[in-house]
Amino acid sequence: MTLEVVDEVLNLAIEDLEDLARGAAFLGTGGGGDPYIGRLVTQEAFRAYGPAKILPPSKIADDALICSVAGFGAPTVQLEKLTSSEEVEFGFRRLEAYLGRKVDAILPAEIGGSNSMLPLMLGARIGLPVIDADGMGRAFPELQMNSLSVHGVRATPLVVIDEHMNFAVVEANTDRIAEDMTRALAIQMGLRVFISGFAMTGRQMKEAAILGTLSVALGIGRAIARGRREGDPVSSLVDYLRTTDYYRHAKVLFDGKIVDLERNTAGGFSVGVCRLQSLSGDKAAAEVTFQNENLVVRVDGAMRAIVPDLICIVDCETAEPIPTQNLKYGQRVKVIGMSAPAKMRIPKALETFGPQAFKLPEPFQPIESI
Amino acid sequence: MRIGIDVGGTNTDAVLLEGRRVRAWRKAPTTADVSHGIIDAITDVLGQAQASPGDIDCVMIGTTQFTNAIVERRHLLKVGIIRIALPATRGLRPLVDWPADIKAAVHGETYLIAGGYQYDGRINSALDIDALKEAARDIKRRGLTSVAVTALFSPVNQKMESIAEEILRDIVPDVRVTLSHEIGRIGLLERENAAVMNASLADLSASIVNSFRRALHNLGIAAPFYISQNDGTLMSAEFVEKYPVLTFASGPTNSMRGAAYLSHLSDALVADIGGTTTDIGMLVHGFPRESSVTVDIGGVRTNFRMPDVLAIGLGGGSLVMQGEKLAIGPQSVGYRIRDKALVFGGDTLTATDIAVAAGYADIGDRARVAHLPSKMVNEAIDLIHRKVAEGVDRMKTSQREAPLILVGGGAILINRPIPGTSKLIVPDFASVANAIGAAIAQVGGEIDRVFSYAKTGREAALAEARAIARQAAVAAGAVPETVQILESEEIPLAYVPGGAVRVRVRAAGDLAIAKRPPSPTTGTVASSG
Repeated sequence: MTLEVVDEVLNLAIEDLEDLARGAAFLGTGGGGDPYIGRLVTQEAFRAYGPAKILPPSKIADDALICSVAGFGAPTVQLEKLTSSEEVEFGFRRLEAYLGRKVDAILPAEIGGSNSMLPLMLGARIGLPVIDADGMGRAFPELQMNSLSVHGVRATPLVVIDEHMNFAVVEANTDRIAEDMTRALAIQMGLRVFISGFAMTGRQMKEAAILGTLSVALGIGRAIARGRREGDPVSSLVDYLRTTDYYRHAKVLFDGKIVDLERNTAGGFSVGVCRLQSLSGDKAAAEVTFQNENLVVRVDGAMRAIVPDLICIVDCETAEPIPTQNLKYGQRVKVIGMSAPAKMRIPKALETFGPQAFKLPEPFQPIESI
Repeated sequence: MRIGIDVGGTNTDAVLLEGRRVRAWRKAPTTADVSHGIIDAITDVLGQAQASPGDIDCVMIGTTQFTNAIVERRHLLKVGIIRIALPATRGLRPLVDWPADIKAAVHGETYLIAGGYQYDGRINSALDIDALKEAARDIKRRGLTSVAVTALFSPVNQKMESIAEEILRDIVPDVRVTLSHEIGRIGLLERENAAVMNASLADLSASIVNSFRRALHNLGIAAPFYISQNDGTLMSAEFVEKYPVLTFASGPTNSMRGAAYLSHLSDALVADIGGTTTDIGMLVHGFPRESSVTVDIGGVRTNFRMPDVLAIGLGGGSLVMQGEKLAIGPQSVGYRIRDKALVFGGDTLTATDIAVAAGYADIGDRARVAHLPSKMVNEAIDLIHRKVAEGVDRMKTSQREAPLILVGGGAILINRPIPGTSKLIVPDFASVANAIGAAIAQVGGEIDRVFSYAKTGREAALAEARAIARQAAVAAGAVPETVQILESEEIPLAYVPGGAVRVRVRAAGDLAIAKRPPSPTTGTVASSG
């Protein structure tokens, strides 16, 4: 089959990558890893091969074969091993070989954090279009936690590859089991591996993926940059979010200073609570609970937003997104809450990555109804 | 007796200490020939105290010359860059994110070689010795004299970097070698950046250390001298020749350490108020808290330890602008305050004039500010205090009130309580706190490594880390009984069950002053497993 050629698409240049990375860090809701390394690799690929071609989901044929790529492991290890491009391509080709068919376009698995960048690098490198969409519209810590899986797309067969080109193909009965197997492989293979999987048709992609999120991430980064030129980055950001389909129920839930941080490690995750106090003298207090990503925000004891809705902490002056590992006492921040896309709120989705999946007591309540 | 010297961009300050007592001090402009300024300063303080060169046990020097060389791209060498990490990291070459001008100044040749470790110390790839030898021969052919070596996960295991050094020394006579694990942490690009910057300073560091040595020799001082590094500990002259980048940001550290010493407080906030900016930091156990984020130096991203300092645009020379809304700084008359400020007969309203008009500073001619409306003066005083209070609040680690120590020439700007602080302290000799900080610097040791708590248990792993940090401090010349653990940090590796935790521990102790000069060879040791 051939992909329909279009004129009007998101044209991504090297100069856009910084804004895109900042937008992706924002959608990482505190987790997802620093996109810095990914941005550098993508920049190098764009220089060598030209920018990746981005296609809107509507331009993808229903019978096209779509796959996703992502980095998997520990962000700290990525700081040492960086990212190569060859193993990502090789793993992707192994998946094609296993499927016995050429892939027509790449779908980013996770727009939040460093995984936003990898598909763009691969797309530029092998000349394959990247779809303006992703698997969750945010970041999540585990393989099965995504819209594709809850809409019936299977993560497996999943190629797991390291920088030595050692690879394994994971086949599992559920994506939850695939997560466990992939985690075990990653630990043995040095904690920085790349996965290629989520084979699906164009039609499945349109039904299951969160559409238009590359554009939104870029839009977020640009809104922050524009706000910095004009003097009010946070307002500029929130105004922009309200123009988007998914995140239009966006509000500043709290404005204050970090007065306490509690961090623990549990089951391989960075778990903790960040407590805030208002600076306007009204004695209001808030707390944000996180497990890599921010999960729930409570203001004066009342829940104001909860996973899978998005909770982002940004610097109150610059709107710079602050990942959970960089939260520090004394920072002046704003907590922004946003609605998750409807596909991320269906019952199966809430079962997989709603409050109970993270052992939170309260049921999910959409941010717009709180 | 010991002498502390701080060579800043504007002033060269010196103090003479006998035990805990400040016997003499001096503040004078930095001279174009730095060693002349040092000779003048030492001669002056010895004269004031009627001491002779033979009375001096040691000399401690803090200097900004290396930072300035990087920022100004001057006196930099072209470097041979060896990275031992293949097949990992090959997507990003060394210097990938450097500004073009400094890249051009330092890039000699790049060699990517197979080798390196995993996060837990397992070998990731065997070291390609032949490729390393070939790189060394090429470096020799090209006439490169300084080499930076960075291996994958070298903070966890330094062995491959050490092998590379041996091979380089075998093949390239007189080569200077920087090993990344000695100056940087986990984060390969940032550690490599720091190593390359360090290697590019090799000639300059030799010449600066020589000029210090010559100055002391000319004065007849035979005592050993040390140079302070950015964590408030000392390096021997030989060590700073090898690792000049460790002096970056030692200025603010020395001020804060001096503030701790003068005020007898080990946990406090410090505001060093200069002519243009105020550096605010937090003392924890007598040392500045470290920054946990990457630091940009001259446009290059690095991750080596730096004091966590917030600089705000407020100083004695800050301009006071009376527009619709009163504003102070960040513009400043800087070192020209003695010509420009109203109280000195100038035509510019500065923060110093406000302090004089308000009646709590007595410098220059008070009559020259008598005409300032008291409403405006009060507003400006409020604003100055508010700016310091905001900065202080940002740097606090907890809600608990802490004392605030004011040092630097601009300390006169503050005389009211600052919210969130328990008291205000302006110690004697506050204006030369930086030189005092240099004089009292300790020697330290550090470890930064990933431990598997699942294998050894948390307690055993932490005990091992602390022991290694202590040993490193003693190896660097500390009196064993005085060594204390300054900081112990655990960072769980996210997304990994099985208890892999990155542990960083720092220890420091008093310098052993012996008849036989101790020779710290390792100011910091990221020890291997």
